[in-house]
Amino acid sequence: MVAEKLQYSSVRLSKVAVSETHGEDSPYFAGWKVYDENPYDELSDSDGVIQMGLAENQVSFDLVEEYLEKHSANIGNEASTFRENALFQDYHGLKSFRKAMASFMEQIRGGRAKFDPDKIVITAGATAANELLTFILADPGDALLIPTPYYPGFDRDLRWRTGVNIIPIHCKSSNNFEITRESLESAYDEAESKNVKVRGVLITNPSNPLGATIARPVLEGILEFVTRKNIHLVSDEIYSGSAFSSDEFVSISEILEARKYQESERVHIVYSLSKDLGLPGFRVGTIYSYNDHVVKTARRMSSFTLISSQTQQLLASMLSDRQFTESYIKTNRERLKKRQQMIVSGLENSGIKCLRGNAGLFCWMNLNPLLNECTKEQELELWKLILHEVKLNISPGSSCHCSEPGWFRVCFANMSERTLEVALKRIHNFMSSRNLCS
Amino acid sequence: MNLSSKATCASHGQDSSYFLGWQEYEKNPYDEVRNPDGIIQMGLAENQLSFDLLESWLAENPDAASFRRNGESIFRELALFQDYHGLPAFKNALAKFMAEIRGNKVSFDPRNLVLTAGSTSANEALVFCLAEPGDAFLLPTPYYPGFDRDLKWRTGVEIVPIQCTSSNGFRITKPALEEAYDTARNRNIRVKGILVTNPSNPLGITLSDKELNLLINFVESKEIHLISDEIYSGTVFNSPRFTSVMEILLDRNYVDTEVRNRVHIVYSLSKDLGLPGFRVGAIYSNNPMVVATATKMSSFGLVSSQTQYLLSAMLSDEKFAKNYVVENQKRLKNRHMMLVQGMEDAGISCLESNAGLFSWVDMRHLLESDTFEAEMELWKKIVYDVGLNISPGSSCHCLEPGWFRVCFANMSEETLNLAMQRLKSFVDSIYQSNDSYGFFHNFSVKDSRRRLLKKWVFRLSSSDRGLERDR
Repeated sequence: MVAEKLQYSSVRLSKVAVSETHGEDSPYFAGWKVYDENPYDELSDSDGVIQMGLAENQVSFDLVEEYLEKHSANIGNEASTFRENALFQDYHGLKSFRKAMASFMEQIRGGRAKFDPDKIVITAGATAANELLTFILADPGDALLIPTPYYPGFDRDLRWRTGVNIIPIHCKSSNNFEITRESLESAYDEAESKNVKVRGVLITNPSNPLGATIARPVLEGILEFVTRKNIHLVSDEIYSGSAFSSDEFVSISEILEARKYQESERVHIVYSLSKDLGLPGFRVGTIYSYNDHVVKTARRMSSFTLISSQTQQLLASMLSDRQFTESYIKTNRERLKKRQQMIVSGLENSGIKCLRGNAGLFCWMNLNPLLNECTKEQELELWKLILHEVKLNISPGSSCHCSEPGWFRVCFANMSERTLEVALKRIHNFMSSRNLCS
Repeated sequence: MNLSSKATCASHGQDSSYFLGWQEYEKNPYDEVRNPDGIIQMGLAENQLSFDLLESWLAENPDAASFRRNGESIFRELALFQDYHGLPAFKNALAKFMAEIRGNKVSFDPRNLVLTAGSTSANEALVFCLAEPGDAFLLPTPYYPGFDRDLKWRTGVEIVPIQCTSSNGFRITKPALEEAYDTARNRNIRVKGILVTNPSNPLGITLSDKELNLLINFVESKEIHLISDEIYSGTVFNSPRFTSVMEILLDRNYVDTEVRNRVHIVYSLSKDLGLPGFRVGAIYSNNPMVVATATKMSSFGLVSSQTQYLLSAMLSDEKFAKNYVVENQKRLKNRHMMLVQGMEDAGISCLESNAGLFSWVDMRHLLESDTFEAEMELWKKIVYDVGLNISPGSSCHCLEPGWFRVCFANMSEETLNLAMQRLKSFVDSIYQSNDSYGFFHNFSVKDSRRRLLKKWVFRLSSSDRGLERDR
């Protein structure tokens, strides 16, 4: 009987397990594979693929390393705190850590919003935070409305295990991909026509992949919309510390505070240290909600995804050091701005225009003029060409669900300046060969 | 504001007595100096006995906690490392450690290991991989109360109990398995697998070879999965030695079989190493599809690279790891003996056990009646009047009233002694008084304790959620 069964695998896994909603068949991941097979090496100046598809922040590590050098004695290395720390699995999270996070988030917003540490729920990364919120705010079959273009990972994070749908809010280049009232209504109507219940809107501010902050009037419009429809608003603000200037970033928290928190129980903010501090490996995410029931439920659910107490302890020390955080935030912003200016002008010299950006670790580049036809297929052809011949792994707009072909997200903060120069040179050569340089 | 049905249902399980006792403890926690009449926490399965070993290793190996490898900083590398395949050095060390705990009777391929933020996350992820909402897993009772939340809440999967009784030491029997399976079928529920905890929580016993073979035969014939939660495997302090289900598969020569593809192990460092705060769990499966899917799912609960690195250094120090396991087991054995002796002195017997951080204690003879109401009454008295937070068997879904899980590894020896003294006084007083529960009058407590009695108001109502508490 056992022998017969060796012929085939009758092991049936769940629908969730066999579905493709993990999204790993998309170009977003395919490009990664090609990069992995032949990565660029700066030392040998090889002709390997330069990774420009990874939104990592590597420009300010030295600041963190410096802090760690200076304060290694205080970072919970002493045996006396080890025991307590190792035992601490309370899903409330370390109080000192939550206080430090609240303070850090306040500083990023220039003190224009206050955060209560008791409304902070800890999760192992923003990936977990977004999924958790989706479990809490929506039932299987319901939908969240998300403006396009959006982070490809959302397709997995918000839909895979939750069974929730994403309905895109289509944004256009004609108005710089701004979220308009019409586009919101249109997305909502689309859901209704499919008999799908909309539970909320999820925005990323600053936007990934646009690399731009959402303007105050637009935020107010979104808030008005969700209030009118009586749905939730999730604001993923993981790039908030990467806005090049503090003044240009407006957080939904500021708007709520200005209104004395009216209608705030429908608003939830996701934050993480993966982008602003460049620590994706440490898995530090948070949910901040103005809704006590959401906070309580999220806290219980966070049992499935707590932050290592060792890591909480380290960051509690670091982030409560105002001298460090103020200096870090300021310097990090300056360096990112410089990098962005470098890539934008480099691209311009090659005849390529980018969306005007003021935040993030990437720019949103327009290669529409290069397309033979304005189609998704042509965009993917161009993408493959750039990957295999120009040897740059960039992210095609279609993987971000952009409704207009030809846009690409290009990361600039996950490499050295030298490597960025090499990348720009390759682009320049590519564009020259097509007689497209200005 | 409307939330999902998952948010509004009670499947988070926090209305159970398991958590409520905790609540009471937190309002009045025992402290040797500051609150000597407070409640002693005996409901928390933590291992606090061997921290000194970890601490001295850390003192001798400062690089591991300082982002250094051979004196060189690897901070950047770790800070950026978010690969869901996990740090290779850590998985290698973990695989070896797991083999070591099993006396190297089985070996583990690091490529079949999936790291998760604690076994809480591992168990849930496995259920997501193996079952649809509405399907069921069979679990032998009594079982860890947390499973009600971990396996069911977000997955929508059911638990159907495999009833075990004291008549045979709570061992899993074939009739019990069949009955559980049939119960599910009769309710039109599709059974996707069995989940056992080996060594068992709350029983503290290792599953016998007979039970393991029974389980394998059963999952083979029903074509279902078997999850073996082996998070207490390193806490076996007496014979019989620990036998993992993987070892049985090997013994039976089930190398390239379907059954082997359906057997999965869950592990964690929370109990064996006493590091629950670090959130280190793992799924081990020989099924490549399960490994692949669980790996992707682990994105929702990865282990901090900072922690992976520290532990890779610690566990790859094989001499240390071996010594730790042996010494830790010795200490657990002593503690266990202390508890059992203390219970005996109070005329209370424990299920004979050889593992875990707790004993399964028989207080049936102290019940006013053979009912769960009586068990609750007794429990309340033990929490409030004796000042011990222990876990009532009903919270573990035990079929028979009167059993309690009592932890012994999360406190000092002195505290454990005090707990046993309190218990003995309580039991003595019961037998001294004429009517069994007239102890409010005859109970020989200190005056201060009598005053405190009046202050404590027991609230079972789920509407009172004033206090959030840790797990």
